[in-house]
This record gives sequence, structure tokens and C-alpha cells, in this order.
Amino acid sequence: MTLHVDTPAPARPRAPRRSPGHRGSGRGGGLARFDLRATPYFLVSPYFLLFAVFGVFPLGYTLWVSLYDWELAGDKSFIGFDNYISLITDAAFWNAVVNTLAMFVISTVPQLVLALILANALNKRIRGRLFFRLGVLLPMITSVVAVAVVFTQLYGRDYGMINWFLGLFGVDAINWQNESWTAWIAISTMVDWRWTGYNAIILLAAMQTIPKDLYEAAALDGASAQRQFWQITIPMLRPTIIFIVFISTIGGLTLFTEPVLFDGNPTMAGGATGQYQTVAMFIVKEAFRDFDFGYAAAAAWLLFALILIGTLINYSFTRRIGGNK
Amino acid sequence: MTAIHARSRPARTGSAPNRIWDATPLTKVVLALALVVSAFPIYYMFIMATRTNDDASEVPPPLLPGGRLGENIERLLNTEDAHFLLGLTNSAIISITVTVSVVLISTLAGFAFAKLHFKGGKILLGLILVTMMVPLQQMGVVPLYQLMVDLGWTGQIKAVILPFLVNGFGVFMMTQYTQQAVPDELVEAARVDGASTMRIYANVILPALRPGMAVLALLVFMQTWNEFMWPLIVLTPDNPVVQTSIAALNQAHGTDYVMLFTGTAASVLPLFIVFVAFGRQIVGGLMEGAVKA
Repeated sequence: MTLHVDTPAPARPRAPRRSPGHRGSGRGGGLARFDLRATPYFLVSPYFLLFAVFGVFPLGYTLWVSLYDWELAGDKSFIGFDNYISLITDAAFWNAVVNTLAMFVISTVPQLVLALILANALNKRIRGRLFFRLGVLLPMITSVVAVAVVFTQLYGRDYGMINWFLGLFGVDAINWQNESWTAWIAISTMVDWRWTGYNAIILLAAMQTIPKDLYEAAALDGASAQRQFWQITIPMLRPTIIFIVFISTIGGLTLFTEPVLFDGNPTMAGGATGQYQTVAMFIVKEAFRDFDFGYAAAAAWLLFALILIGTLINYSFTRRIGGNK
Repeated sequence: MTAIHARSRPARTGSAPNRIWDATPLTKVVLALALVVSAFPIYYMFIMATRTNDDASEVPPPLLPGGRLGENIERLLNTEDAHFLLGLTNSAIISITVTVSVVLISTLAGFAFAKLHFKGGKILLGLILVTMMVPLQQMGVVPLYQLMVDLGWTGQIKAVILPFLVNGFGVFMMTQYTQQAVPDELVEAARVDGASTMRIYANVILPALRPGMAVLALLVFMQTWNEFMWPLIVLTPDNPVVQTSIAALNQAHGTDYVMLFTGTAASVLPLFIVFVAFGRQIVGGLMEGAVKA
């Protein structure tokens, strides 16, 4: 922040140099000026070219396709908003929405709380800090597919370790795939396992930028460690928490790999009665199993709307953190 | 900017009256638990890769390595419908190509956004930030597939590579990094000496960006290596990436846990090696990036 104050400086030396230097130098001057004007666009053009082809075009085209009854073979007829209207009354779509939202909530809330606890612990004076930081990041570099495969086995009904562990406490063997809520919990733990450490590291980074004087002053005033955490740490972490919730919203609402592999068979059905089918799975199923491109495209736009709404709601929630400050 | 704070903060201010930085027994419990929970599934995966299916269905399962790793690898490689080795090779080609391209594209654009002043630059950078919010993969899956069909590229790995080259995060990260790692004076001095913009990029910018590029490369490699949905859609089972190859194994041989775990273990091993080798830089890069974002 302190450095930022003097960054606008480059504007100063630039201006005078450009005009006198180039006056008399003829061809070279023109070239140099051209270089100065045009090269920046040349430098950013690879990104924007790719973005136009693989970003803007697909988005626009999805919108267009969504207005058609568009089957795989290319048979298509314009039907306006019919796809959207059928979607809104499609129980299967709402089932996917409910599953997605449920898993998003079940995974994100504990994840954030655990990440805060973990970050707070990592922020203490400990020996081998790098070791601990690397340790909690291990899950993040494990591929999602591997996580899903291993956890699905751990959640196995008969030989799964989790049922064995719960059995020690007298819990009967659970068929995790069978019910919505057990499947939601199982899948949410996969998400949490992979991301909690990463979020903790990001929170830790933010915690370390909080000036220590704040804590010292609070301690002198007799504030307990707990109070310092709630009154100083949490409010100061607000931007980071917003960032994490933001990332989790996009990741959570587009959840795909874990539930697909939890099923073991890529029909995208998400269980016998779709008890853990997510919206992303719904889209892929409509497009590439049932070959109804128009319907899938409409669902993709509704997913985007869902993400926007989710982001706004989460933002207004997290904005209130430490709002008394 | 903020990273400077993070570095200059005295990590161990000893004499302060405040005891909240001391590790309590609870801290140690939390950290130990976190390590165990983080490491266990990975450990379990590697153990199972060395065991038999009978071991895997023991309750509780054995937690020490067995001697069947070679046998499991052999079975994995002989399972023809999974094409595991081809999947590994494809994933390596795809991830390396995407990583090199994204790092190059991002340093070029990052340099322009951070150090050159041009009309519309701020707007373009803002546009990138906004589009980082859009889940392009899920949103654009139908047209992208259609596009690949029209180009006749379905089933080929270039159909996977191209869409992954769009990486707004990379441009954003390199813009931030360039701003902080290269002093404006350096760029100005090179200009005075008559260096062209491209020359400045090659001789001034790139050398200064090396650490940031390494972190971005690792992140992009990891992300690309882990991609599942798009390869599953656009590739065919006889030309998979490693992740879809495992999914195929899971579908056809889902009860052969030890072979499946051998596959997943092999699929994460390259990432783990990189992580162990560059762990310090990765953690540092993540933490610096986090504070700036």
C-alpha cells in the first residue's frame, strides 16, 4: 500500500521523452511511435483471440441454441423460450438444482469454519511451519478423480472404512449412495477434504497482513484471545472470506466430477432416482446422453443465472461479517 | 504491495505481552488432526496399490504396504479398454502444451497491462476479471462440442488443448506480478536506450518474472492435469486422458479396487513429485497471490 502511492510516477518521465526524441529521427522515430502505440495490442491479442473463439462465441451460441429445439443430427426449429419454460416445470431439473444447492451449503459452511480454525492454528508460533503448510495443501494437488475414487471406496457399504469407524460407535452400516442426504454428505466431504487446506492457506496469508499492533493494543486493554479473534481477525479477513465464498460458489454450483464418480457409471443420472445429480450433470446428460442440445443450452444459462444469484446472496451475507466496524 | 507487509512482518515478536501467538495444546491437536486427515486418504491409496482385493475388503483394512504393487501395475497396463498408458501420455502432452502456452500468453498480456499505457487497457483488463466469473466449461459445452465436430477434431487431444488456453486467471496473476516485480524505471531506462517493446519484454521483463512464471506454470499444470468433464465429453474411450481412463476403469472394473487405486496413485504421482520439489515456492506463490487478490 505504501509503495502504491508512488507508482503513478511513470506518467511523468514518459511524456517529455516521446516528443523531442522522435522529431528529427525520421523513419526510426515513426517506427518507435508505432511500436509504442501498437505493440500493447499485439501483446494482449493472443489472449483475446482465444477468448473470442473459445469464450465469447460459445456463450453467445449457447444462448442461440437454447432458443431452438435442436437435436444432435442437426434437425432444429426455432421455439423461442419453450426450452426455458419446460425447464422451469421439469421436476428433474429442480431435483438437480436442489441437490446442487444442498451440497453447496453442506460443503461450504463447514469448510469455511474449519479453514478459519486451521488458519488460526497455522498462524501460531510453531516449529516446522512449512511442513504443516505443505501437509494441508496435499489434498488440493490430489486430482479430483483420485479423490472421488478413493472416497467412494471409503464410503462403501460393506467394506468401507467409514462405516467400520461409525460401527465402533454402534451406527449401522449406511448405504451412502442410497439416500439424498447421505450422498450429499459423502460428496460434500470429498469437496471439503480437497479445499479446506487451500482456503486455510489463503486465510493464513491474509491473517499475516493484519498489523500486530492491533492485537497488542487489544491485549493491553484486556481483551481475551477469543475476543481478539472475533473483533480483530474476523473483520480484517472479510475481503478474503468474500473471495473464498465467491470461488466456492462457482466451484460448488458447477460440481460434476465427484458425484459422477460416486455413481461409478457415467450415465450422469446421479443415482437410481437422481438423488445426487447436479445441474452440471443434468446439462451433460441432456446434451450428450439424450442429445437434446437446445434443452441443455437453456439449462446452462439457468445455471449461470443460479451462479449470479448465488454470488449476490453470498456477497450480501459475507459483507455483514464484522459489519459493526 | 501488500506482500511486502507479509514479508516484513516480524514473524517472531518475542517480548510482547500478548500470548495469543503461542501454540496451545489445542493448536497442536488441530494441526495434528489436520495432517492426519489430509494425509490418510492419500496414504491409504498408495497402500492399497500394493495389496490384493482380499486385503481391501478386510474390515478394518491393513495399513501397511504389501508386496503386490508390480502385479497390480501389470494388471492395470493389461486392461486394454482403459488405455492407461496412452491416457498418461495424452495428459502429459496436453498439460505441458497448455502450461507453456498459458504462461507465454499471460506474460505477454501481463506485461502490456502492467507496464504499457494504451487506450482501452483498463477496460480490457476489467473484462478479463469479469469473465473469470463465468464457468466457461459448463456454459459453453454444447457449442464447443459442436465446434469440434465441425472441425472434425473430436477424439483428438487438440480439442482438449485449445479451450484450456483461455485462462483469465493467468493474465490477472501475471499482471499483478509484473506490476510488483519490475520497476517502472527499468522499463523506462531500456526505452531510453532505444529498446523496442518486444526487446524489453525479452530482456527486461521475462528474466524478472521467472519466479512468478514458475508458480503459474505449476498451478496451470495441476489444473489441466486434473480436468475431467471436457475430456470426458470430447474424447473417445480409446484415446483418453489419465482422468477419463480412470473413470473407465472405475466403470468396467469398479470392484477391482487395488488396480483402480494403482491407477489413481500413478495419476497423482507426477503432481506429488513436483509438489515436493517446489513446495516452498508453491506455498509462497499461493500466499502472495491470495493477499493481492
